[in-house]
Amino acid sequence: MTQYEAVIGLEVHVQIRTKSKMFTRVGAGYGQPENTLTDPVVLALPGTLPVMNKAAIDAIIKTGLMLGCEIAPVCKWDRKNYFYPDSPKNYQITQYDQPICLGGRVEVELPGPARNVMGEHKHIPLTRIHLEEDVGKLTHGPHESLVDYNRAGTPLMEIVTDPALQSADEAYAFLTAIRAMIVQGDVSDCDMEKGQLRCDANISIRPVGQKELGVKVELKNLNSISYVRDGIAHEIKRQISVLRSGGTLVQETRDYDGVAGVSQSLRSKEMAHDYRYFPDPDLMPVKVDDAWRKRIAATCPEAPFVRQRRYFEVYQLPYTITSVLVWDRALAEFFEATVRLAGMGRAQVVGNWIVNDLLRDLGAAKQTIAECKVCPEHIAELVALIEAGTVLNNAAREVFSEMFATGELPTVVVERKGLRAVPTDVGELEQWCRLAIAANEKAVAEFQGGKDSAINAFKGPVMKASRGKANPKLVDETLRRLLASG
Amino acid sequence: MADELYYQSVADLSARLEHKDLSSVELTRAVIDRTRSVEAKIHAFNSFDEDDALAQAAASDARRAAGASGGPLEGIPVGLKDVIAVENQPLTASSRMLANFVSPYDSTVTQKLKKTGAVLWGRLNLDEFAMGSSTENSATGVTTNPWDPSCVPGGSSGGSAAAVAAGEAIVTLGSDTGGSIRQPAALCGVVGMKPTYGLVSRFGLIAFASSLDQIGPFAHTVEDIAILLQAIAGHDERDSTSFQSAVPNYRAALAQKKGPWKLGIPKEYFGEGLDPEVGAAVEAAIAYYRGQGCEIKAVSLPHTQYCLDAYYVIATAEASSNLARYDGVRYGHRSPEAKEIGELYFKSRAEGFGDEVKRRIMLGTYVLSSGYYDAYYLRAQKVRTLIRQDFLNAFYDVDALITPTTPTPAFKIGAKVDPLALYLCDIYTIGANLAGLPAISVPCGFASSGLPIGLQLIGQPFAEAELLAVAQAYEHGHDWNQRHPQL
Repeated sequence: MTQYEAVIGLEVHVQIRTKSKMFTRVGAGYGQPENTLTDPVVLALPGTLPVMNKAAIDAIIKTGLMLGCEIAPVCKWDRKNYFYPDSPKNYQITQYDQPICLGGRVEVELPGPARNVMGEHKHIPLTRIHLEEDVGKLTHGPHESLVDYNRAGTPLMEIVTDPALQSADEAYAFLTAIRAMIVQGDVSDCDMEKGQLRCDANISIRPVGQKELGVKVELKNLNSISYVRDGIAHEIKRQISVLRSGGTLVQETRDYDGVAGVSQSLRSKEMAHDYRYFPDPDLMPVKVDDAWRKRIAATCPEAPFVRQRRYFEVYQLPYTITSVLVWDRALAEFFEATVRLAGMGRAQVVGNWIVNDLLRDLGAAKQTIAECKVCPEHIAELVALIEAGTVLNNAAREVFSEMFATGELPTVVVERKGLRAVPTDVGELEQWCRLAIAANEKAVAEFQGGKDSAINAFKGPVMKASRGKANPKLVDETLRRLLASG
Repeated sequence: MADELYYQSVADLSARLEHKDLSSVELTRAVIDRTRSVEAKIHAFNSFDEDDALAQAAASDARRAAGASGGPLEGIPVGLKDVIAVENQPLTASSRMLANFVSPYDSTVTQKLKKTGAVLWGRLNLDEFAMGSSTENSATGVTTNPWDPSCVPGGSSGGSAAAVAAGEAIVTLGSDTGGSIRQPAALCGVVGMKPTYGLVSRFGLIAFASSLDQIGPFAHTVEDIAILLQAIAGHDERDSTSFQSAVPNYRAALAQKKGPWKLGIPKEYFGEGLDPEVGAAVEAAIAYYRGQGCEIKAVSLPHTQYCLDAYYVIATAEASSNLARYDGVRYGHRSPEAKEIGELYFKSRAEGFGDEVKRRIMLGTYVLSSGYYDAYYLRAQKVRTLIRQDFLNAFYDVDALITPTTPTPAFKIGAKVDPLALYLCDIYTIGANLAGLPAISVPCGFASSGLPIGLQLIGQPFAEAELLAVAQAYEHGHDWNQRHPQL
């Protein structure tokens, strides 16, 4: 049976978060009453002209630099002509043959064999990124169609990959990576539910070993990253089954319904538009000089995988911790600030507190790191208290929850709640240890027979006797002394 | 100058207003009365609002009384072509498509005029969407030539030219894409100027062909042109194609720049198709300049023969896209017949646009189509570059160029039914648009029929001050602008 491989290219639209729209001063935003974010330019009233929003250019240059693109020294604006009521001018201002960002490659991580094992890394090559204006929103009723131009004219960048992805997982990994980078670069919130990130996929299959590309199907309306993955997987399967059952594929656009997991044809190639692109005579070409590029480059954050490799090298962090930290810039920066206070040697302990406890409490409280009351100082101090034996592990978790709730420093919480580890009465501790040893002859024999871990069998009863307040280090020392002396 | 208030110059009127022996209300009333008496014959206006104009005039008089005059245009009635947006006034482009459209905002030139204290007076007729050379393509009916009402006033700014010639406004604004100011100025015996592309903001001007359109003034004198240009020129951050540079004082420059100049005569503009009487009038003007000590040089603009072709590709391509917004969805004519969106577009546009507009939209759509773009639009842009280079080469040797404005004086209404014959009316004016150059038409005589003839002077980019001085040197030696049509 013929084996097939998939060839996938993605077109990702990302709304740039700017104060005003792409070509006029009126505000850009989401969730406002219909047609309130409009002005004569947005509504394409007679005589209006577009004026470029420089903040959007800054943002796309930043994105381009983060994704490894070359920034064109000169780019221009073109008109894409087509009639549709969501487009007030009946042309869209876009960049046709001279986009601002050229080439580029995005590092992605494919799923590993297990959650705690790093997956294979690949680089997905980009064709280009260009800037354009978003269109309005249509709502169709039984007897009328309504249009809301609030979204029309919002700066929108289109990131186009080469037809170089091979699987649904690669598409998922790619979108995860660019979304994180664009969010970390403060360019967009990339909220797919709000349409801030949208993805179309071009999918074809070919027999393994064949060079020519197969018939391309464009999959639209993939409105979550999981739907992108599922939709592509579904489409690859569909194409293979069509060919295997002796059918032929047609070039078409299909709509994927993520909920039902099915796709249906929207239109075939014969209905393709002739967009009659030509340079927009209302706008001047954009020249990006070295100084401009450098100014933006200075604002680009470290890429997630670069940060991850640094965490491996500098902090010797395990994969599981880094793979949480590096996808959230605020969390990573919080981590680094905490380690600066706590000391390099405590990076892993700090990482554990952040990835386990802090994230859990943030999740429960539905807060972001910026909103919460815990600062790097809190965690650094807590780690120091534990290390000094002032707070024991069980108590430390309580201290953490309390300082998360109140914002008090750990020392304050420890005193207020009486969680300080009790300076142990040596005689009393020795008595608990003797009792524990006497009660477990089997473990004594094992320990003396050379099984070191058998000592743990005595620790439970001792801790229980101390009601959890005994210093584990002291317990261990005392048990060993008593066992050695017979 | 004649005694009638409405035929006096801005320069003279503003002096009288300043000395309080005339009020803006009196002047505006005189213009309104004149309009009432001749408008039925001329049809220069699509609409006007007498009460509004008189209220503006009263406000102007109050400002002046308070010592807050906005300058030489304070209190002067200025007419605007009906493609220039004025807040809360109709903006129709003489099209059924916009028959009921009222602009909610001011164009930049409107704002600037309001600052000068001018009285904005009426909406002037034009060829629909500025597409035409006779004002016959107006949905509201043709404007007539005040010198002979059986003749066209030229176009597309026919209303703007005729209003000045007939005394229905002191000065007016028009727009010029391929000659739409200069050609009607020549045919109506007034002065009309197209500034350098980028000197005057296009924000609020209904676009015909964005890379060619410029707003410019009509007046009886070059000095008034300078005054009006001063008011509307300058960088505008709302128009990305507007040029960022300081605007000189044009009126002051007129007094300073005295020549003599080196003037070029492009041989390609004196060939076949030029009416002998027009040719003779222009030759006489050249002789006058020579007599004033100017050096006259023969120059060549070798790509002139391609101007018309390049123009009709570029202008229609841009128009086809610029006019796509008139779709009946948000404003403008919406066909009551339409049952779904495709029908809404087809019927609204079929009913809303006139034949010439449709012809140009189809032509422009065609030249931009996949497979034809390179052969038409791209090639036309290359030709445009060559044409511009021709002019810039000529300006190494000369300060300005002298040509006829039009091949013939005004023709009879309905005489040119073939669109191509009409396109030829702009053969001498299109070059300045393609090259983005300033050009002015000044009256230079009358044909035996009694119809006026225009002389065109083309200047270097942003050298309006020089060009106005050259034009005024001719004007001061002649009294063509003292004559007015008998109405």
